[in-house]
Amino acid sequence: MELLRSRIIIGITLLSMVLMFGSALAQDADKRDVLDSTAVRVGTFKKPVNLPIPAQLDVVEDSEGDAGSSITVSWLPSPDDGAGKNNVIEYQILRSESQDGEYVIVGSASRGMTQFQDATTTDGVTYFYYVRTISKDGGANSQISAGIQSSPQWFNTKDLDTFIIGLIICAAVIYFIYHAQKGKKFFLRQIAGLEAVDEAIGRATEMGRSILFIPGINDMDDVQTVAGITILGRVAKTIAEYDTKINMPVSRSIVMTTARETIKQAYVAAGRPDAYSDDMVHYLTDEQFGYVAAVDGIMVREKPATCFYLGAFFAESLIMAETGNSIGAIQIAGTAMPAQLPFFVAACDYTLIGEELFAASAYLSGEPKQLGSLKGQDVGKIIAMIVILGLCGLYTVASISDSVSLLDFADKIKGLFSAS
Amino acid sequence: MKRTVPLLITFIVGAVLILAEFVPHEPFGNFGEDFSLYFDIIAVFAFLLGGGNLIRVHVTKVQRKKKDWPFSIVTLVGFLGMLAAGLLKIGNPDGIQGDVAKLGSLFNDLYMFIFTPLQASMFALLAFFVGSASYRAFRAKNLDATILLVAAFVILLGRTPFGLWLTSGLEGSLSFLQIPNLANWIMGVPNLAGQRAIMIGIALGVISMSLRLILGVERTYLGQDNE
Repeated sequence: MELLRSRIIIGITLLSMVLMFGSALAQDADKRDVLDSTAVRVGTFKKPVNLPIPAQLDVVEDSEGDAGSSITVSWLPSPDDGAGKNNVIEYQILRSESQDGEYVIVGSASRGMTQFQDATTTDGVTYFYYVRTISKDGGANSQISAGIQSSPQWFNTKDLDTFIIGLIICAAVIYFIYHAQKGKKFFLRQIAGLEAVDEAIGRATEMGRSILFIPGINDMDDVQTVAGITILGRVAKTIAEYDTKINMPVSRSIVMTTARETIKQAYVAAGRPDAYSDDMVHYLTDEQFGYVAAVDGIMVREKPATCFYLGAFFAESLIMAETGNSIGAIQIAGTAMPAQLPFFVAACDYTLIGEELFAASAYLSGEPKQLGSLKGQDVGKIIAMIVILGLCGLYTVASISDSVSLLDFADKIKGLFSAS
Repeated sequence: MKRTVPLLITFIVGAVLILAEFVPHEPFGNFGEDFSLYFDIIAVFAFLLGGGNLIRVHVTKVQRKKKDWPFSIVTLVGFLGMLAAGLLKIGNPDGIQGDVAKLGSLFNDLYMFIFTPLQASMFALLAFFVGSASYRAFRAKNLDATILLVAAFVILLGRTPFGLWLTSGLEGSLSFLQIPNLANWIMGVPNLAGQRAIMIGIALGVISMSLRLILGVERTYLGQDNE
């Protein structure tokens, strides 16, 4: 009896062990099925119990419109991204040169992100990628991508919209220059600041004082400085004709040599090459506040009758313009730095706002060809006005009608005209 | 010839750089960066011209005892002193091969204890100039100036805790009248709209100006234009 009872106990124990072992095997098989279903076939890290649900690879492609050496990996975020106990910490992007080879981490992306650009590829080499979703408990891998190669492109398709709009505006400018050459007259609104140039130079001549010309603090690689120098050419010619003194302190050496050449040619054109001196343009310093201190000193000591500020300006704009104001100089300013415009408007007699600075040389020259180019700008303005008004209307109608398709359409149009 | 060559260079470089913006493939893709680098190299050499000009102008001024010539001595001493401290690495703990801005070097001391405070002083002047310019700009002499004055007052007040406290009682449907909200609206709607209009104008102006330069229509920077 005793023997029978002990055999029954041993039998039950063995049966329990077999059942437990079988259950464990079944659980393991289930887990392997899960891993297989998410195509995790790489990596040797030990899988903890609560892994996040892996992200799914979406698109792996050669990066668009670049010079090569870059592949873009996109994925659909893990359902655990931003939610649940397995909240995602980050996504790691792994790469190998063969499908079954060793994968190395080439970068990571914060949670919530769905794209990574691998800019370390070699053109012509095939790469395989997968994304590892990382939570505090470990990582889960996405499927492996198909092989992909990076290559350089001949056209930047991302900027196609900019290209088309730029082409239209350029074509309009060239069209109007062509028609101006043929003798067509265009209406041009008066720009008060430019109308006052002769008056300002005349005032300095009458007072027997000098004219101060400041071309901004950027170098010749800034189109605003180029615009300032082109205006200088016109102004210098009048100065030469009036026999007035010009003082031009600069903060860049290349600006100094360009300005000297421009003034010299203006004096030659005015028939007074003998009156030109290299000392009219002199270098001070490249340092912003060192420059403004020196210019302020010149203003206070020499008390010029007229000050021109035409170019790119930063924080020094108001310091100079207010000093000029305090000595009673007539001041004409022009810049395309929107943050400095209010300072010039407050402190100067006339201010060329943005585009007026670029139009100034054409305006002062009065040449039909140059005036035609200004007319071409108007086409760009008309396009801008139509797009702005059209989009306002579209968004209003979409909002009133709750139309998602109209909203999408408006977004697409807006995307075409937004800077990428 | 003197004008044709520069015009040709301007046209080729301008056209190539526009092309480089839209063609990323070699050799076009790197043109923008390369040209910028070439410019920097030229600018470094041109700096010698600038420095030379500074010395020449001020030495002449001192020699001829022109008006305010003592200021020229200060300029020359400052320029040459800083140049010597940097070139000869005077007081540099690592000697002549050390970093020019090494802590403890004369150059670093001059920069930190003379140049930087002087720069900061000039920058600080801006606060006073903002005050004097605002005083003139905000005088309610006509309707435009009055609108400017009111807008400036609302924005200034809206950026302070006092502005919030003053109108914190306005809640619910009237909360848009709270001064900070009004200030944000002024900055975010009429101000931004105006700025964007200026930016669009600037972009179009740059395109037009660049085309005039590239096509050789604008030649003032080369001297007289009626050749």
